[in-house]
Amino acid sequence: MAVSSGNEEALEVSSGSEPPAAAELTAEFEKHFPGGTIIQVELRRPADAFSLTVLFGPSGSGKSTTLRCLAGLDRPERGTIRFGDEIWSDAGRSIFLPPQRRRIGYLFQDYALFPHLRVAQNIGYGLGKIATPERRRRIEEITALLGLAGFEDRYPRQLSGGEQQRVALARALVCRPRLLLLDEPLSALDAPTREHLRRQLRHWLVELRMSTILVTHDRLEALALGDHVVVFEAGRVRQSGSVQQVFSAPVDLAVARIVGVDTIERGRVVEVADGLAKVQVGPKQLVALAPPRRNGRLDGDVYVCIRAEDVMLEKKGADLPPGSARNHLLGHVRSLDREGPMVRVDLDCGFPLKALVTNQAHQNMELRERDEIVALVKAPAIHLIVRDRSR
Amino acid sequence: MDFEAFWLSVQLAWWTTVTLFALGLPLAYWLAVTRWRLKFLLEAVVVLPMILPPTVLGFYVLIAVGPPSAFGRTYEAMVGRSLAFSFEGLLLASVLYSLPFAVRPFTAAFAGVDRRLVEASWCLGVSRLRTFLSISVPLSWAGILTGVILSFAHTLGEFGVVLMVGGNIPGVTRTVSISIYDEVQAANYGMAAMTSLVLLASSFLAVSVTHLVNRKTL
Repeated sequence: MAVSSGNEEALEVSSGSEPPAAAELTAEFEKHFPGGTIIQVELRRPADAFSLTVLFGPSGSGKSTTLRCLAGLDRPERGTIRFGDEIWSDAGRSIFLPPQRRRIGYLFQDYALFPHLRVAQNIGYGLGKIATPERRRRIEEITALLGLAGFEDRYPRQLSGGEQQRVALARALVCRPRLLLLDEPLSALDAPTREHLRRQLRHWLVELRMSTILVTHDRLEALALGDHVVVFEAGRVRQSGSVQQVFSAPVDLAVARIVGVDTIERGRVVEVADGLAKVQVGPKQLVALAPPRRNGRLDGDVYVCIRAEDVMLEKKGADLPPGSARNHLLGHVRSLDREGPMVRVDLDCGFPLKALVTNQAHQNMELRERDEIVALVKAPAIHLIVRDRSR
Repeated sequence: MDFEAFWLSVQLAWWTTVTLFALGLPLAYWLAVTRWRLKFLLEAVVVLPMILPPTVLGFYVLIAVGPPSAFGRTYEAMVGRSLAFSFEGLLLASVLYSLPFAVRPFTAAFAGVDRRLVEASWCLGVSRLRTFLSISVPLSWAGILTGVILSFAHTLGEFGVVLMVGGNIPGVTRTVSISIYDEVQAANYGMAAMTSLVLLASSFLAVSVTHLVNRKTL
């Protein structure tokens, strides 16, 4: 370097080799339970930009514990939780910020409304020292948004489940938390109310641009509410990514099962050409998109994942126009099950394959058990998971 | 009826109840929420006065407050008179004797408050003390009232502990149940019967009220 001026130094600082870190919620911690169970969490979410994150997994997989640790209701035994430049928890340095000082909102599974307070008192409970006119304005604003006007003087026991849920949401939102934590928010509701509120909930959160982390074990809820999904299994984070990515391309068998891939079969890659892989599954060969190579190799054992809704059915003998589906599988119907407006069809194509068709289609095709049938699957609808021999 | 003794008993019961309310509420709350491994030992100590013969409790209190003990000497040096055979000594013994009647209903009531309500309050930014006052206490009122009534009624009729610690000094430590004993000794059965009836009525009233308030909250 021949010349070194102050200007250059300033330039160096502002355009340093790493981009300035955006404010993030980062959680890397362990929570230990008596009896030896350990929940291990690794989570990174933006702290200053709007996002809807779903913690998804079966009961007992550690997602509710994660939420409680984020709220400050449980204290991790190891690791750290940071929110932007605040340290919420650092077990190594014995730092622990109580829930009161995290400025979060938390919604309990059964709402935990204060039974001795009226709806308006419940909603205003966290507003503390805010002056009366401002307080009234904020309560009115949130009751109007959540459709709770007229309920102000009731007690929680005089409300339906859906109304209680909205009061609990209003009580959390009126304090303008920086992060909203929802624990199984819809699970205590009856089915019609749940469906209705599922749509409403996302609408409200988007409207308020309220960054939210939501725990659920319900696949529909995860798909309908989340932008980003974190999959938990047996106390560990298994996969994290966009809803689309996680549900269509699970990274391993456990995640594939949790996100509800209907057909998961062992197969073997026999040939890769032009980005397509030929996979032997039982007696059949399938064409799939080749997965990214691992260690430069792509051969050997894979799991073949196919969602039931990606399988189309044709009656055998029907004139098939030359369509785009790469896989035509001859088989027969093993069983048919009604599922609301859909019919689940179990097929035997040399390997078990599951398909989902509408009731209408089922009637038009006059499907019966033991009927011969052709299943059509596009190559991109077949997701391959490379099987690690080490596992 | 010995009105002096009756009035003294009411005063003793009142101050015992006030003390147990102030000390018993925090103790009961702590017992209801703590996950301390040795909690059962403290719970046993709280219940002990229910099982222990009043004379035994009275004996130990007398030893503890008497001039030979360090506590007794310190008290005498600071206040200028002995704690033994005084109203204050009686109060101390009564507080210990009625401890389970206050702390047990308090603890049961606090333990019955849904933990998530307390956590919900914390997550709304409300301090632990304010959460205690605006959530835990209002939701436990029936149990708290029960503890207050029971400790008052229980103190009103105490006999053995009073006799051991207080003796029988008219206007200072002679309580209503001791006056009944004195009347019987002097063969004044009519007087003893009247005083007994008053105690029976007040005790029945107290127990009835506690059952009434606890039925209403169900």
